[in-house]
Amino acid sequence: MASETLTSTEYIKHHLQNLTFGKHPDGGWGIAHSAQEAREMGFWAIHLDTMFWSIALGVLFLWLFRKAALQATSGTPTGWLNFVEWVVEFIDDNVRGSFSGKNDMVAPLALTLFVWVLLQNTMDLVPVDWIPEIAKLIGIEYMKVVPTTDPNATFGMSIAVFYLMLHYSLKIKGPIGFASELTMQPFEAKNPLLKVLFIPVNLFLEGIGLLSKPVSLSLRLFGNLFAGEMIFILIALLFSGGIVFAVLGGALQWAWAVFHILIVLLQAFIFMVLTVVYLDMAHHEH
Amino acid sequence: MNINFTLFGQSLAFIVFVLFCMKYIWPPIMNALETRKKIIADGLAAAERGKRERELGEQRATEVIKEAKGKVAEMLASAEKRGAEIVEQAKNDAKVEGERIIAAARSEIDQEAQRAREALRKDVASLATVGAERILSKEIDSAVHAKMLDELAGQL
Repeated sequence: MASETLTSTEYIKHHLQNLTFGKHPDGGWGIAHSAQEAREMGFWAIHLDTMFWSIALGVLFLWLFRKAALQATSGTPTGWLNFVEWVVEFIDDNVRGSFSGKNDMVAPLALTLFVWVLLQNTMDLVPVDWIPEIAKLIGIEYMKVVPTTDPNATFGMSIAVFYLMLHYSLKIKGPIGFASELTMQPFEAKNPLLKVLFIPVNLFLEGIGLLSKPVSLSLRLFGNLFAGEMIFILIALLFSGGIVFAVLGGALQWAWAVFHILIVLLQAFIFMVLTVVYLDMAHHEH
Repeated sequence: MNINFTLFGQSLAFIVFVLFCMKYIWPPIMNALETRKKIIADGLAAAERGKRERELGEQRATEVIKEAKGKVAEMLASAEKRGAEIVEQAKNDAKVEGERIIAAARSEIDQEAQRAREALRKDVASLATVGAERILSKEIDSAVHAKMLDELAGQL
């Protein structure tokens, strides 16, 4: 909640600041105490809150699903295993539907992405001040609890996906096949001279097409979740505006949270499906 | 909102999670699902087979019953025929036996009659003799005429 000592701008800025660990310009390592300090740390710094929550949620996912995997039987499934099987079959159906190649990694990758991103997005539904206020009590200055509102997290995943796309493109199509896919279309010609002339144009178009995939993949997730988080923060500002605004804020927060459940789920699903589609394209020979 | 090393930290975490999921989560669950699918498919196939076998069994049972009914009818017919034959035979036997008994009775009667006639003849002869003796008691000497009377009796 915004206290009297904080202006609205400061409150919002505070909520958008990650807990950054890195090298101070003066040479010492430590946690940045302001947005300014964090920015000055440059590239060799790490967002402790993003890393902590994403890894914690990833471990939670692995632990919960591993528990189900250990009790997986061909007999009658019960309770948690039932749910896990439902999720796994949902992912399996999706992967079978959109991935035509043969690769044992794609389905587990899709499952990991879907559940992990979903869990990270779900953190958005926790009221924006709860965890940061608790963190403040134990002396942690900044705490951004939704990892997917940090572009580092979404780009981190999409870069890994992009690497896999390149890896499988080269592996399946071969360097020449991949190069020709990038240079011999969309403009095609029978004439060899024309063909050579088209190469830079094609490379430019296809290069943009290729690079836009990881960028759009991560920015879509980041943008949606960041916007959602921002609205929660703005609604939270209402709580400091007196009883009428606080009640209104409560109602708005509830309504937005209900709507946000859709976004949380949808964005996780889109991220998973697009990843599978991109990997399918990497496996697909023209 | 700076881009920094978190990027690679996230990539690394992601890769580790995917590898773990690929090794320890996906295969056992998929295995269980596949095995269950197979068990269910086998069960359904077995049920189908059982149903078909039951149908075949029913068909066979119907055939057996039909055959048995036919046999029974055949047996009944032959038994009736045999019964009729036995009755016929018995009738014949009875007839023959009856005739035999009648014949035996007749010959018995004949013999009896013969015997009675013999006795009667003897009685008549003696009666005649006695009568003649009484009529001719004095006139006729029985000793003299006995030979003649015997001859007479023998002619009877």
